[in-house]
Amino acid sequence: MSIELKNVSKVFGQVAAVRNVSFSVKDGELVALLGPSGGGKTTVLRMIAGLEVPTSGDILIRGQRVNDIRVQNRNIGFVFQNYALFKTMNVFKNIAFGLKVKKWKKPDIEERVQSLLELLDLKGMEKRFPHQLSGGQRQRVAIARALAPKPSVLLLDEPFGAVDAKIRQELREWLVHLHDDFNVTTLFVTHDQEEAMEVSNRIVIFSKGNLEQIGSPREVYEQPSNEFVARFIGVMNVLEAMVEGGIARVNELEFPTPDLKNGEKIKIGFRPYAVQISTDLALYRYRGVLRHTFFLGILLRLELELPSGQILRSRITKEEYAILGLKDGMEISCQIKQFRILSTENATLTAEITPNLPAPLPLGEGI
Amino acid sequence: MAGNLKSIQRKGSEIAEKRGTEESPVVKWTLISLAVLFAVLFLLLPLLNVFYQAFHSGLQVYLDSLRDADSKSAIILTLKVAAVTVPLNVIFGLAAAWAIAKFDFRGKSLLNTLIDLPFSISPVVAGAMYILVYGVHGYFGPFLMKHDIRVIFSTPGIILVTVFTTFPFVARELIPIMQSTGTEQEQAALTLGAGGFRTFWQVTLPSVKWGIIYGVILCNARAMGEFGAVSVVSANVAGETQTIPLRIDSLYLESKTAAAFALASILAVLALISMAIKTYFEWKTEREEALAQMVVEEPS
Repeated sequence: MSIELKNVSKVFGQVAAVRNVSFSVKDGELVALLGPSGGGKTTVLRMIAGLEVPTSGDILIRGQRVNDIRVQNRNIGFVFQNYALFKTMNVFKNIAFGLKVKKWKKPDIEERVQSLLELLDLKGMEKRFPHQLSGGQRQRVAIARALAPKPSVLLLDEPFGAVDAKIRQELREWLVHLHDDFNVTTLFVTHDQEEAMEVSNRIVIFSKGNLEQIGSPREVYEQPSNEFVARFIGVMNVLEAMVEGGIARVNELEFPTPDLKNGEKIKIGFRPYAVQISTDLALYRYRGVLRHTFFLGILLRLELELPSGQILRSRITKEEYAILGLKDGMEISCQIKQFRILSTENATLTAEITPNLPAPLPLGEGI
Repeated sequence: MAGNLKSIQRKGSEIAEKRGTEESPVVKWTLISLAVLFAVLFLLLPLLNVFYQAFHSGLQVYLDSLRDADSKSAIILTLKVAAVTVPLNVIFGLAAAWAIAKFDFRGKSLLNTLIDLPFSISPVVAGAMYILVYGVHGYFGPFLMKHDIRVIFSTPGIILVTVFTTFPFVARELIPIMQSTGTEQEQAALTLGAGGFRTFWQVTLPSVKWGIIYGVILCNARAMGEFGAVSVVSANVAGETQTIPLRIDSLYLESKTAAAFALASILAVLALISMAIKTYFEWKTEREEALAQMVVEEPS
């Protein structure tokens, strides 16, 4: 285990920022700490770094309890959200700072800095000052500076928060490649679930100071442990329903819930991909109108309106859309092939329910 | 023909440049002339007159009046006062700015207000306050008498009141800089293994360097030019407890106008140099900020 947290809590004044959090990170893993702002994820990162002291609980790095070890001696690399580059030093001196502190010899420093400059595509920038760099370059200098003294753990706080979308994508790829090259255990904080899903091996999800779930991107997407996770990771349709005679109803929609009592109020959740669409109005149970199409690239998100005014979000591929010949304003039929009963937050979710429904026509049938 | 065309073009561009919020030209030019008139009448003319009066009776008189023993001793005393006051002010300013910008503690806003006190209290009152504390009949008077230490009517007193009146200069310059810089750079230094000492000298100090220089310039100008507070605690003995401003005053009262203005011209030159350096630093920081705003092209 590279990093281990045991029942760690942090209280600021009256506010509990982190509550009884335990998790561990294996050697060489790339882990995302994900959650909405104020969720406690940055506080967890800063406690691992030693920039905050936990109110209770233990933090272990490579099996050694580090609660009482000062930041300077923890051998971690930390990348700050706004980079915190030394603005009075040029790029070379920024990267060399940690090496000078560790009393490396001059030629060794030179060699190490040069190799990092090359690796991070910063060659020729040695003499520039932070204010002469673009956002992406500053970020890479910050990463190079943190990596220079060969830390055992690399910690990044919202590393891609302050750059624009295109550079962000590049930096994500950088991070994955760097992680592969250095194989240093890496934790990064983000509020962007897409970023967490794309970059990390595992995701730790926080909300209001609590650890909600830890798992691989696929696990947290497909098997969310509670409503918060289910709603936070990816898009989800959430409807409030009332159970009557083993069926939960929301407007014209009906969901079979044989195990629930009459009169019980529940929340039903389903992913957009679970909403199947056809232009054959007789094929599926519900009728609706395609109100709007959102282009997300290879995938399209559709907003469907049922006669009652109920809005459903669906998702299909560009090819499917073209084959079906869909257009905004068109009448369609649809069904929901899978759904979940979302009870209260924090409660464990029951498994997904797949009602017995007609299968969609295979693409290209009838040609 | 061509001239006509040009005037039409000019008229066109004037109309295009005029914004909806702009005042009429009459208001605009009245305000500008008023401001310039006041500046010339109340600032520039008196300043120029200092130099005119100083050199009025010729260069020889000017140099002689500076070589006068009492004037010389006034210059030396003034330099001494500044030499002690300015470093004290830097140390205090750094400590206060650091405390206010980077820590949260009870009474922080009180300290912040207290720093400004010397700006709002009349220097004469400041001098009187020190007499009440260190004078013969003051709180520490008997103690100081017993140990034969002279504070009031002597150099230490002059230094004390000067420290008081220049108190806010460096701190006021540094607080906004340190507040905007925050503590992230220091934290970054810590995560890289640096200790407090190295962090201060290599990270904190360089980042507030201009603020310190700027504060020192202002502090120095004020320390050398302080009159009110110093005149209260100095016995105004020529050759002993006279600083440059006091010396100018007494020369003027003795109707030695040329000598008074010769000394005054030294203070005026000092002020002008301070202003020039200050303007240069402002220009420099502005340029640096503009540069920081510029996005440098990513090399492909």
